[in-house]
Amino acid sequence: MKSHPLAGIIAGAARLISGVKVRWVDSEPDPRQTVYFANHTSHLDFVVLWSSLPPGIRARTRPVAAQDYWEKGIRRAIAVNVFRAVLVARQQKNQEIQGTPAADPREAIDHMLDAMGNDHSLILFPEGTRGTGEEVAAFKSGLYYLCQRKPDLRLVPGYLNNLNRILPKGEFLPVPFISRLTFGPAMCLAPDEPKPVFLARARDALCRLRNI
Amino acid sequence: MKNLDPQLVWAFAGVLGLLSVSSLIGLVLKAVIKKPEAQSTISNLNARIGAWWIMSAIFALTIVIGPIGSLVLFGLMSLLALREYVTLLPTRRADHRTLFWAFFIFTPLQYFLIGIQWYGMFAILIPVYAFLFVPTRLAIAGDTGSFLERASTIQWGLMICVYCLSYTPALLMLRIPDYGRPAKLMLYLVLVDQLSDVLQYVWGKLLGRHKIAPVVSPNKTWEGFLGGILTATLIGTALWWMTPFTPAVAAAVSLTITLMGFAGGLTMSAIKRDRGVKDYGTLIKGHGGIFDRMDSMCFAAPIFFHIVRYFYVR
Repeated sequence: MKSHPLAGIIAGAARLISGVKVRWVDSEPDPRQTVYFANHTSHLDFVVLWSSLPPGIRARTRPVAAQDYWEKGIRRAIAVNVFRAVLVARQQKNQEIQGTPAADPREAIDHMLDAMGNDHSLILFPEGTRGTGEEVAAFKSGLYYLCQRKPDLRLVPGYLNNLNRILPKGEFLPVPFISRLTFGPAMCLAPDEPKPVFLARARDALCRLRNI
Repeated sequence: MKNLDPQLVWAFAGVLGLLSVSSLIGLVLKAVIKKPEAQSTISNLNARIGAWWIMSAIFALTIVIGPIGSLVLFGLMSLLALREYVTLLPTRRADHRTLFWAFFIFTPLQYFLIGIQWYGMFAILIPVYAFLFVPTRLAIAGDTGSFLERASTIQWGLMICVYCLSYTPALLMLRIPDYGRPAKLMLYLVLVDQLSDVLQYVWGKLLGRHKIAPVVSPNKTWEGFLGGILTATLIGTALWWMTPFTPAVAAAVSLTITLMGFAGGLTMSAIKRDRGVKDYGTLIKGHGGIFDRMDSMCFAAPIFFHIVRYFYVR
């Protein structure tokens, strides 16, 4: 898969602005199909995570983004054409908008599975929405359903530090801080693992990377 | 090359010679010493020497380009140093827009004022205007938690990383009768200050026994301090020909630069210890971040500037 000509430039710019220091702790970049999941505090999150992957892996990795935010105008053009983002409807958000029927979560999972095919990886923010950076919120169920449908799927946690300080929720101008991205060891859904146990285990695996 | 004064060329030739000799020593040490416990020190030494080649090349290039080159270089270093500094300190969500002002308004403005040689404004922009602006903007943001701590953190960062560091290229605006290009003065300051750092490190590694400030900086020793200050002052004296000073004055000025540089390094170490880190960043291989390399300059440059301005500018 050939990547968009702007992709390399945007990746370089994202690394420069965020000053990101990438570390792989007890893990290493692996071209196999993977879901990278991370904490979510800033609009820069997926760009920084995506640009921190080695180019070969990056070209076959697609971010999962919220349809309600990325659907319009230039945002959509960048998200879809450059990053080949997978836009999915957020359940909660749709319920807030009156008269809009709740999105079917299965539809979003189908959409992600389609986008992955046999050789593509995903970037996913299982908290569903951006937090303040102090706490990692409870994970939404999407990650679990995805693994249930694709049982041997590798999951790699990546903790993003300081991106909430560069571009916090509600701000539009970034301030430079040095950020850090820590990838941890890959994990899988265990056979017969109940949903809450799995989601808590995945969240723990992510939070453990915070202060390493 | 209209920007190249013959004395400047000699000084650069000296730097080139020094770097070549250092690289040779680094290679010999690597080949000869096989003790495993010395390996990390030697590879760090070689990384440092490699980084010195790059830093010297960039610095030389900006001097050849002219004042704009130096202003852009130091402006970028201020931004990077400030970024390393704020990353280490606890800032809050409400500080965001004040920090934006610090990075993108005050920093470029400070270097712009040097560019247009407006000394009267350059000297007070940050100590007066930014000093009063920062707490005001924070108060408007409405978060009163640890207010004074947050305001002084930002004020201090601007003072050290931007104001103090900008005194180095500010030397370019000094007009000294019968002296030639003021870039020589900037090179002199950088040479004496950085050599003092290097020589303190070298003497400390060779003879260091008695710690000078064990709590603040465990690597600094009396032997490193005295050896480094003394040899750097001797070199500074021997380089009197590239300054407007007599040899005796050059000795006094070099001693001042080296002592201020030591004070800067010690102060920044105290902040690092308080925040529980070893280096401010990882940008320069073997050295840490920009701030780790520039800490001594931040203290030496303003004092050097004002000595020269008071005694040598009409």
